[in-house]
Amino acid sequence: MNNIIELRGISKSFDGEKVLDRIDLCIRDKEFVTLLGPSGCGKTTTLRIIGGFVTPDAGDLIFDGKRINDIPPYQRPVNTVFQKYALFPHMNVYDNVAFGLKQAKVPRAEIPGRVREMLELVSLSGFEKKNVTLLSGGQQQRVAIARALINRPRVLLLDEPLGALDLKLRKDMQNELKKIQKATGITFIYVTHDQEEALSMSDVIVVMAEGVIQQIGTPTEIYNEPTNAFVADFIGESNIVDGVMLSDCRVQFSGQTFTCVDGGFSRNEPVDVVVRPEDVDVVHPENGMLRGTVTSVTFKGDYYEIIVDIGGFKWMVETSDFVAEQAHIGLYIEPDAIHIMKKSKYSGKFGDYSTFSDEIETMSDPDTVDQKNEEGPAID
Amino acid sequence: MTKKSVWLSGPYLAWIVGFIVLPLLTILYYGLTDTEGGLTLGNVIGAVADPLNIKALGLTLLLATLATVICLGLAYPLALCLTKLKMKKKSFFIFLFILPMWMNFMLQMVAINTILEDNGVINAVLTFIGLPKLHIANTFGAVLIGMVYDYFPFMLLPVYNAVSRIDGDLINASKDLGANSFKTFLYVSFPLSLPGVISGITMVFIPAVSDFAIAQMLGGGKIQLIGNIVEMNFTKGQYHTGSGLALILMAFVMLSSLLTKDGAENEGGGMIVS
Amino acid sequence: MKTLFSGLRKTYIGLILALLYSPVVLMIVLSFSESKTKWTGFSLVKYQALFQNERVMDAFITSILLALLSAAVATVLGTVACIGLLAMKKRLRSTVNAVANIPLLNADIVTGFSLMLFFAAIVGRMSHATLFISHVTLVLPYVVLNVYPKLCQFDRSIYDAALDLGASPVQAFFKVLLPDVFPGLLTGFLLALTISMDDFTITYFTKGRGLDTLSTYIYNTYHIKGILPEYYALATILFVGVLLMILLIQAINVRSAARGVSAKAQGTK
Repeated sequence: MNNIIELRGISKSFDGEKVLDRIDLCIRDKEFVTLLGPSGCGKTTTLRIIGGFVTPDAGDLIFDGKRINDIPPYQRPVNTVFQKYALFPHMNVYDNVAFGLKQAKVPRAEIPGRVREMLELVSLSGFEKKNVTLLSGGQQQRVAIARALINRPRVLLLDEPLGALDLKLRKDMQNELKKIQKATGITFIYVTHDQEEALSMSDVIVVMAEGVIQQIGTPTEIYNEPTNAFVADFIGESNIVDGVMLSDCRVQFSGQTFTCVDGGFSRNEPVDVVVRPEDVDVVHPENGMLRGTVTSVTFKGDYYEIIVDIGGFKWMVETSDFVAEQAHIGLYIEPDAIHIMKKSKYSGKFGDYSTFSDEIETMSDPDTVDQKNEEGPAID
Repeated sequence: MTKKSVWLSGPYLAWIVGFIVLPLLTILYYGLTDTEGGLTLGNVIGAVADPLNIKALGLTLLLATLATVICLGLAYPLALCLTKLKMKKKSFFIFLFILPMWMNFMLQMVAINTILEDNGVINAVLTFIGLPKLHIANTFGAVLIGMVYDYFPFMLLPVYNAVSRIDGDLINASKDLGANSFKTFLYVSFPLSLPGVISGITMVFIPAVSDFAIAQMLGGGKIQLIGNIVEMNFTKGQYHTGSGLALILMAFVMLSSLLTKDGAENEGGGMIVS
Repeated sequence: MKTLFSGLRKTYIGLILALLYSPVVLMIVLSFSESKTKWTGFSLVKYQALFQNERVMDAFITSILLALLSAAVATVLGTVACIGLLAMKKRLRSTVNAVANIPLLNADIVTGFSLMLFFAAIVGRMSHATLFISHVTLVLPYVVLNVYPKLCQFDRSIYDAALDLGASPVQAFFKVLLPDVFPGLLTGFLLALTISMDDFTITYFTKGRGLDTLSTYIYNTYHIKGILPEYYALATILFVGVLLMILLIQAINVRSAARGVSAKAQGTK
């Protein structure tokens, strides 16, 4: 598959604040690519640069091998679904959807059929004459998608398109978007701060933070092999502890030596060790590789989420068996459940659950990320 | 703050009835009766039938229309420029455009006359660079300039509000869908700013069509507008004829405000999405 | 291209500002000159003339007193009315508002003429009182339009909390409600002041014989006396006065906005 879009060394500042710092990114044709990160990470700016609404300060934007930095948005074979839909309030559904065709000077006779076809695709047949301002959020969303797809763009840009919808509707729309992408074979570039959404929809995820790409990979790669503490913490729950790589496949942390499956580090190199809560087994203290005291237990429905104090470091563990608070337990970790990462500037910032409280978790639910948002700069 | 506090608006309601509703009924009564108190449409018909009045009415409509068109022509591009302008304290900057309006209306007229007079500033400048003098004072042109100057802020504010409130992503969406800047203006920005334009038009047209002071001050008594004839009837004590003319003016006002109401409703519709 | 457009835009903005301000600046500059149309060196002759011209000064003072009095009465009447309006049923309220806003919408000449006819019919002739009543009627909508939204924003539960803690309704009004809506009240008052000061048409129709405000004095004497040197000085004083007043309004708004923000921040903690 060819690269349809390439970003080479793209940088952008707003009012002296660096929003994107030399971004390099290749996007392959017909893929569903998600830009994922907390707000302020530069994902929306990246999307707007591709759409042509923001001019980068430096770097090249390549489309099909040609530099398109100076091509205005109305000449780019790219269409956008805007965050708040940006439907034209003075036009009805039909006129909104037909807008692009009229601009492209498509023969008049062809327009009604194409609009009908599009509305069918987004399950809005019969809504032609409706006032867009009176539609529900989900319906407005569908109109925005139909309007953006009707010109048959090579690439569709979606800027947090499901952000304004409630949870149930969001899940339905996720499936529908994925279906539309498969059916049309159009490259989707999708911006979101919702990691679950990104994991379930994407072919490729681009994790961003502070204007820099942290990792590019498939959902499984991103989840199983995060490159640094930021990614590990942002995608799912992680225990991140300081460790030392003794040799290939041998790592020492929490005062114990473990067998793992990673290699390629120098001898005795300090590293970050990631263990997902669901990969830890609770065992009798004698059989445990690590021993500690349970400090809190939360019932989550199909499992218990427990916090275990091991030598002052609080681990999060998910277990299906009930464990009492204050119980002394052992933990067992399989070699392939241990993931080793190089030290980065995010080391030590994430992955310790000592300040973790359940209250914060439920407050920020379903957008766990919002809490982190406050740390980043406000511009996105 | 309870149901009882409704009575607090009692004095206000009395005031409204006493000094808004009753005076309007009075003018209606005078307009539709003759000096003997008999019911007649003579004042209203007479107002339109008198050739002198027809001439004044024509001149008034021409002047008010021209003033409105010029105000719009100047204010719309200005509103666009101001919207694109990036600065802190922008609302205060916008205020600068309204500030001159509050020097005192009559003194404004005096100031404009100082500029337009035969030996005023414009002619001083023209003489200085060796050009012939212009006779502007006490002409139709002078009254027009006065009206545009005085009513310009009434056009600028609603138009600017409408233009600046358009969601930037609507413009982006239009360009994204293939419309260039001109077409985006034609199909998206302009239609969305129409409520503001309509409200600006009424805010300029109503005072312009009912003016008599600007015409008197800058027209030197040579420009006779409908307002001047109403004033003449007032000074001569011809209340019935004056009221007939005033009723015609009120018809214009009601017509324009009906248009604005439509505009305001559209604007409300636009707010839901943005 | 971009810088060219931005340059053109700034030029246009500058041009309009220049046109709008040229009469103002001209009046201010010439107010310090002896000649009527030329700069002949700094002089306060025109200011001297102004303070010695009793008729102009009388008219000026009348304007100020009338504005202060009608704005004050309208503010009290309007604010009390707003509390009543708040408790009113929606249908009735919008009818009342529609009627109350007629003077805003209607041509001044019709408003002025109708008031004159009405007063002529009930009291026979125009007087100080008719002028005052007309001005209150003219500025009342501006007060209501500024106070009412502020009152709507007011959190009812704060008032209820005051009652709960033992304040009487009157105490709660003065200690809790009034401080909160005060910025809107003050803006309404100052706006009313300027509207009244600036009015010509309604004053012209409803003033008593022998009484003049600044506007009517200039209008009535203009074709006999022309432009008096005093007017230049007067324009300067008025413009500076209005400028100061607007800066004051701005400062109040900024302060109340800042207070709103800090209150919000505290609310989230």
